[in-house]
Amino acid sequence: MTDNLQKTIAAISTALSDSGIGIIRVSGPDAVKICSEIIFDKKKESVPDKMEAGTFRHCYVYDGDEILDECIVLLYKAPHSYTGEDTVEIQCHGGVYLLKKVLDLVTAHGAALSAPGEFTKRAFLNSKMDLAQAEAVMDLISSRSEGALRASRDQMSGRVSEAIRNLRAKILYETAFIESAIDDPEHYDLTGYEEKLSGTVCEISDKITEMIRSYDSGKFVREGIATCIVGSPNSGKSSLLNLLTGQDRAIVSDIPGTTRDTIEEYVRLDDILLKVTDTAGIRDTDDVIESIGTKRAFEAAENADLILFMIDASEYLTLDIMQIFSAVYKRKLIIILNKADKTLMVRPDDVYSHLKESADKEISALSKEEFFEKYPCIIMSASGGQGLEELKRTIRAGFLSGDITSKSDVVITGLRHKELLCAALESLDGVKEGIEAGVEIDVYCGDLYNAYKKLGLIIGEELGDDLADEIFSKFCMGK
Amino acid sequence: MDLKCRGAEFNIDVAIVGAGHAGCEAALACARLGLETVVFTVSVDSIALMPCNPNIGGSSKGHLVRELDALGGEMGKNIDKTFIQSKMLNTSKGPAVHSLRAQADKRDYSGAMRKVLESQEHLTIKQAEVCELLWEEIPSEEKTGSYEKFVTGVRTQTGALYNCKAVVLCTGVYLNARCLTGESITYTGPNGLQAATHLSDSLRNAGVELRRFKTGTPARMDGKTIDFSKMEEQKGDEVIVPFSFSTDPATIQKDQVSCWLTHTNQKTHDIIRANLDRSPIYAGIIEGTGPRYCPSIEDKVVKFSEKESHQVFIEPEGLYTDEMYVDGMSSSLPEDVQLAMYRTVPGLENCKIVRNAYAIEYDCINAKCLYPHLEFKKIKGLFAGGQFNGSSGYEEAAAQGFVAGVNAAMEILGKEFLVLKRSESYIGVLIDDLVTKDNREPYRMMTSRAEYRLLLRQDNADLRLRKYGHRIGLISDEVYNGILKKKESIDAEIERLKSVMLGAGSETCKYLESIGSAPLSTATSLASLICRPELDYKKLAPLDPERPQLPDDVTEQVQIEIRYEGYIKRQEKQVKEQERLEVKLIPEDIDYDDVPSLRIEARQHLKEFRPVSVGQASRISGVSPADISVLLVYLEKINRQKLGI
Repeated sequence: MTDNLQKTIAAISTALSDSGIGIIRVSGPDAVKICSEIIFDKKKESVPDKMEAGTFRHCYVYDGDEILDECIVLLYKAPHSYTGEDTVEIQCHGGVYLLKKVLDLVTAHGAALSAPGEFTKRAFLNSKMDLAQAEAVMDLISSRSEGALRASRDQMSGRVSEAIRNLRAKILYETAFIESAIDDPEHYDLTGYEEKLSGTVCEISDKITEMIRSYDSGKFVREGIATCIVGSPNSGKSSLLNLLTGQDRAIVSDIPGTTRDTIEEYVRLDDILLKVTDTAGIRDTDDVIESIGTKRAFEAAENADLILFMIDASEYLTLDIMQIFSAVYKRKLIIILNKADKTLMVRPDDVYSHLKESADKEISALSKEEFFEKYPCIIMSASGGQGLEELKRTIRAGFLSGDITSKSDVVITGLRHKELLCAALESLDGVKEGIEAGVEIDVYCGDLYNAYKKLGLIIGEELGDDLADEIFSKFCMGK
Repeated sequence: MDLKCRGAEFNIDVAIVGAGHAGCEAALACARLGLETVVFTVSVDSIALMPCNPNIGGSSKGHLVRELDALGGEMGKNIDKTFIQSKMLNTSKGPAVHSLRAQADKRDYSGAMRKVLESQEHLTIKQAEVCELLWEEIPSEEKTGSYEKFVTGVRTQTGALYNCKAVVLCTGVYLNARCLTGESITYTGPNGLQAATHLSDSLRNAGVELRRFKTGTPARMDGKTIDFSKMEEQKGDEVIVPFSFSTDPATIQKDQVSCWLTHTNQKTHDIIRANLDRSPIYAGIIEGTGPRYCPSIEDKVVKFSEKESHQVFIEPEGLYTDEMYVDGMSSSLPEDVQLAMYRTVPGLENCKIVRNAYAIEYDCINAKCLYPHLEFKKIKGLFAGGQFNGSSGYEEAAAQGFVAGVNAAMEILGKEFLVLKRSESYIGVLIDDLVTKDNREPYRMMTSRAEYRLLLRQDNADLRLRKYGHRIGLISDEVYNGILKKKESIDAEIERLKSVMLGAGSETCKYLESIGSAPLSTATSLASLICRPELDYKKLAPLDPERPQLPDDVTEQVQIEIRYEGYIKRQEKQVKEQERLEVKLIPEDIDYDDVPSLRIEARQHLKEFRPVSVGQASRISGVSPADISVLLVYLEKINRQKLGI
């Protein structure tokens, strides 16, 4: 329910674009507590709980031990805020991916995603607005809800909703069977049923976990082969992305480290859809922001279905390049020797002899032919366009041979979806715990149905008499 | 002196229309609260009649009976007096779904209830058909809330006039009833009893909308013609648990009769399929909507065609008769088909049918026209309970009849209505579902309908509900104080068990191993040992020398509350969250057209249902969370306007 003023809510309150700064707002009784768990200064002392109302501080958003971003934090104390509640504003660096990560973190620490118009609704309920504004508030809630619903539907591909529908059908069937056996124990017997249920629940949990992972890995857009361009700074990664998309999507310059965040684009190669992520160049660096970017590049590579490994062929192979290779060689990889328009300092033979040594024994034992069969190597000029056709052909061939496949069939969009998936998973965990602890089946059956409800919210299906309908249609009740 | 008479006239407080399970509870509640009450029945011999199955209770229905008993109802006591077999169902499952079911001696049940009614002060039994509801319009300047009319009395078929302050309709399946056995149709109530044919029109005149529902019952066999050796015996429990909290278990341990299990087979199904065109339902003669949970054997065969066999239970109708009830094979097929079909069932090859199976159609209401306290939203003083509200089952009927009767009394006495929450009773779930959802078939209670069922156990109905029984005046101070004491000793014992720690000494470990439980490695509280599935309160006695002497019903609660503490706490938290909406009341005179930004669909539903609280509104289908938010803001707005902020 959306009106619980006891809950602390959070939302991204700036437009989702690649603007320089983005603001995340957290409001409610636990706003300070939650933010203090993730926002620290350089000495790793928590910040918001030590701040005076109406002040701001420069600090860092931490995800565990890792710095996610540096930020400015503003603190408002009730009733002197927009909502009339304790409010923390986190001003981070813009960019959809980063903002969502921070929001993700805030919700993981106990904030709920705000419902449409909820900040304004709270402002009204906390008497921060006068009566004349009440109607505007109501309009806002209803129009935003409609909008959110539409957006949610638009964001979700048919495959996602179909996958969720399938999971729900399974859960509903199990629940209905158990309930039938409770209501009519003389017709349906639950003896030993835990085992079967456990199997089904694990299977469903795995699918949900997969979907959640697809979100975590940054794939908050539709399906496609997750393709990640990695390489050392200024090897021409952004130029390749621009070449593939045919537009100046990424900022290209000669200054190493220009792309500090990950950038994503869709590229259609005839009937194959690639979701290409351009990452920050990977190198050892002292620049805080750039090192965050490097980390994220590795993360993105970690979750990619296909890696395009860019090597600046106009320079000698560096230690950085070997390090990158040693981090990603287990993935499906295409090596691109870029800048063919300049004098080539690196040839495929060099690649073979240097890189095979930076991986494990299995790789170093490969012959040159075997190595290049495993890691196709293409010489191209990303800025000039030379070699593009060969790259496309290689990707296509890999895809058609089944060598390159999309790891996750189903990717989910939107943090709200993720939040609900997590809630469903938690309910299913409750079922598993119950089974393990030897608790009677009827006790945790409610958790099972709860998972059904949560999944239903993702695809916007209202809960009617689903369970009763399922019981009556699938199970012949007795007397 | 003019000695000419023109119809009798009486002044009473409450008129109860119908003396079935709902009517009996309503009548007793009103009379016990000191109101002059008349209960009308078309036949005094049919008071508390069980025209269908010969049992009380069962999954979730047993809960209703327990709750009713805790509130001060009669059904639990009456079945304790008259049962002939008793069984606790679902004992292999968790305590929340344990449910008591008893086979009744039908004649005894009815007779015992009649005796209770007869000996009740302020209660008059009257054999008469109520034909007319009398009411007046409320003058527009006196209108409050949604009421448009108020009741003034009822008139019987003989013209007698009963002036009263409240009327409780408990007409069951009697309104315009029609029974169907194949091509044969009679315009009677159940068991060939007289139907009530006049009241429907009078109700329509008062603006009450009626609809048609249908239900059915199987045949009764002559037990002498049944070969029980071909069936599986179903015995009662060795230790009998009473329904009523005030029945001493020691007084009801007795010899029990058995029920019998047999099965249908392909032959049975073939006969049914071959004669479907003669079934009134499949031939389209029946217009009423039947319940899906209680399908006729025709329905089972058609809808579950893959099933090769269905269970059939043969149950005695009572000790006074040889008649046996054929549970699981209700039907509206013609008599010849019935006989042929029953005779394919092992053990029934030579059976003789005493009473044919039949389907019955009747008028009832869609209970969304009622408040949760079971009064009509538009007619002050008119209450309704039981099958007339679109439910099914004796227990569902009794529970509603009780609540309707109590609230008729509360209105007259100017006291607070009895409205039970979903979070504290199955009765609350039952009534909330009836008045909030668009039910399209006779409503049966099911455990799956209760979202907080770990809290709503049959074993703690007294702890949950005695307080309400006490508040309305049907539970004595003495009983109520007993409950308070019980609660205290439960809490104290739980506290003690959590604080008493056992060391990992060799004696302790030895004992634990001897009863198949793992030895301790560190000091552990008695409470955490109780949580081990293989242990329980009783088994730990040797390790707990300080244990106080406590009655079984207390230690049972202690055991359950400790073992399921995590689950119970979670449900309590959910209850608390929903509670905020439940306590936000919607003014009766709210004009939904005045609430901007509500979606059209939501507006329609809200206008139609007129929920009493935001909580109830949130359960109406077609009302979204955003609509609820809008509603909350609106309520806050008018609230501030009132306060002049």
